[in-house]
Amino acid sequence: MDFGFIRPLTVVVGHYGAGKTNFAVNLALALKAREPGRAVRIADFDMVNPYFRTADAADMLRRGGVEPLLPAFANTNVDTPSLPPRLASLIGEEDGYTIVDVGGDDGSVALGMYRERMKEAGYAMLCVVNRYRPLIEDPAAALDCMRQIEEAAGLCCTAIVNDSNLGAETTAEDVLAGISYGKACASLVALPLLCHCYFPDLAPDTPALLAAHGMEDEPLFAMKSATKKLF
Amino acid sequence: MSNKVLMKGNEAIAEAAISAGCLYFFGYPITPQTEVAEYMARRLPKVGGLCLQAESEVAAINMLMGASAAGTRAMTSSSSPGISLKSEGISYIAGCDLPCLVVNVQRGGPGLGGIQPSQQDYYQATRGVGHGDLRLIVLAPSSVQEMASLTAEAFDLADTYRMPAMLLADGALGQMMEPVDFSVFPKRELPEKTWATNGHGGARKKNIVNSLFIDPNELENSIRARYERYAKVEENEVRYEEYMTEDAEIILVAFGITARIAKSAITEARAKGVKAGLLRPITLWPFPKKRLGELADRAKAFLSVEMSMGQMVDDVRLAVNGKKPVSFFGRTGGIIPSVEEVAAEIMKLAESL
Repeated sequence: MDFGFIRPLTVVVGHYGAGKTNFAVNLALALKAREPGRAVRIADFDMVNPYFRTADAADMLRRGGVEPLLPAFANTNVDTPSLPPRLASLIGEEDGYTIVDVGGDDGSVALGMYRERMKEAGYAMLCVVNRYRPLIEDPAAALDCMRQIEEAAGLCCTAIVNDSNLGAETTAEDVLAGISYGKACASLVALPLLCHCYFPDLAPDTPALLAAHGMEDEPLFAMKSATKKLF
Repeated sequence: MSNKVLMKGNEAIAEAAISAGCLYFFGYPITPQTEVAEYMARRLPKVGGLCLQAESEVAAINMLMGASAAGTRAMTSSSSPGISLKSEGISYIAGCDLPCLVVNVQRGGPGLGGIQPSQQDYYQATRGVGHGDLRLIVLAPSSVQEMASLTAEAFDLADTYRMPAMLLADGALGQMMEPVDFSVFPKRELPEKTWATNGHGGARKKNIVNSLFIDPNELENSIRARYERYAKVEENEVRYEEYMTEDAEIILVAFGITARIAKSAITEARAKGVKAGLLRPITLWPFPKKRLGELADRAKAFLSVEMSMGQMVDDVRLAVNGKKPVSFFGRTGGIIPSVEEVAAEIMKLAESL
């Protein structure tokens, strides 16, 4: 995957449940591993999901040298959206990377408050798509969803991330069947396709299967699950 | 490629209901079940249905009564405090012999409690939802796939026995994501709704849907007739899953998300040489008491694991009927028990035998 698409301020958006949090956490860890000398932070900007969110991966992030910026009430009974206060001061910060995990359409609206400063400072906005999610299961629907988010935030996406997955049951065949969807999404919105995500722990044979289908040049991004395990 | 889609439990309920022919949804938002209503609001208008956000839970349950009386497939959904508000309407629906689906994606109580998952509404669902002699068919899904399949089944059961059914889930099941296959649901032959108040056009006697009886003898007779149907439900519709019970000395009883945790704990206990197994009730009413009674003849002890201070454990004790010791382990107030603490509880019990 081409890390040239990542900017000091990189925002991760997409339809809820597409796999944004998993991707954002893994992107932050990958950046830290590539450039250990630079600070990498991840901000939990999820206004929607009361249960499964970046805050769950805090230990995994800290072990990987990434600083999580969490809202004060993540995973408590406070049923009111709140945002990590330090984020505002990190817009325009050129030292290291700040990855912002934006949950759902409501999160995009909130993100809009930083619109002017972000446009001035520069940003990357990655839209995560997943062919196995109802309501974005075809590229036209995914495009609709992306436009709604862009409109709400007043900001434009800069690349597509194909995270077509079926959670813990994802196989290499499922990833393979998602490749054409990811490419179609990117081509429909005329944006570069940053990567296709896969989980080596679940489907280690994914690169080999893609190569067997002549897709060895597709940009793959290996991820570890950051989802809270209950059982 | 897989036929499956990746869904939140709450979305799976909504999609399964639409697939099962439910065209009317009446609700009021509450965490952690709001995605049911959101999904319905997006999808129902596209298939000719109606998703209505009522002014309150009380209004929503009475709208559901009307839709059901008219013979349509209809549902409501809420979380614990919202179900308390709906309980009067549920009693009226039961008293009118109307079928419908009520979904409870439980959160911590009592009172406003919290938004994290719980199983504290077991008593309410199986004993005390609404006044009067009444029962609900209560189904307890344990996966996102079952959130879908048991939603479809609940509608069919409700129609078959002309009574309300409840899907008793919890916030974890509502919020977590798993693959779902919608192509695998069995369909039942359903009785025609000859009782529906859907216009007689002068062609038949008018139907009346009512729960008020002026003559107490008539009321008693109607309740007795209803209890004959309840007896058929108890005879025909008990559902449960057994996991490693063949040689089990300790049998855990757990439903919903807690059963998933219990299975992992059983694997840990077995790795340490303790023969543990699980009985997972899928129907909480009717409760699998006969099967538990049989298992009590050969197991040495029972352990009820719940996200409450101990509610289902009463039904386990009634079923085991003193044949073997029954103990309890639970976390409450929105805390999900960990695999490790349940495994430790099994080990403690094994040492005491």
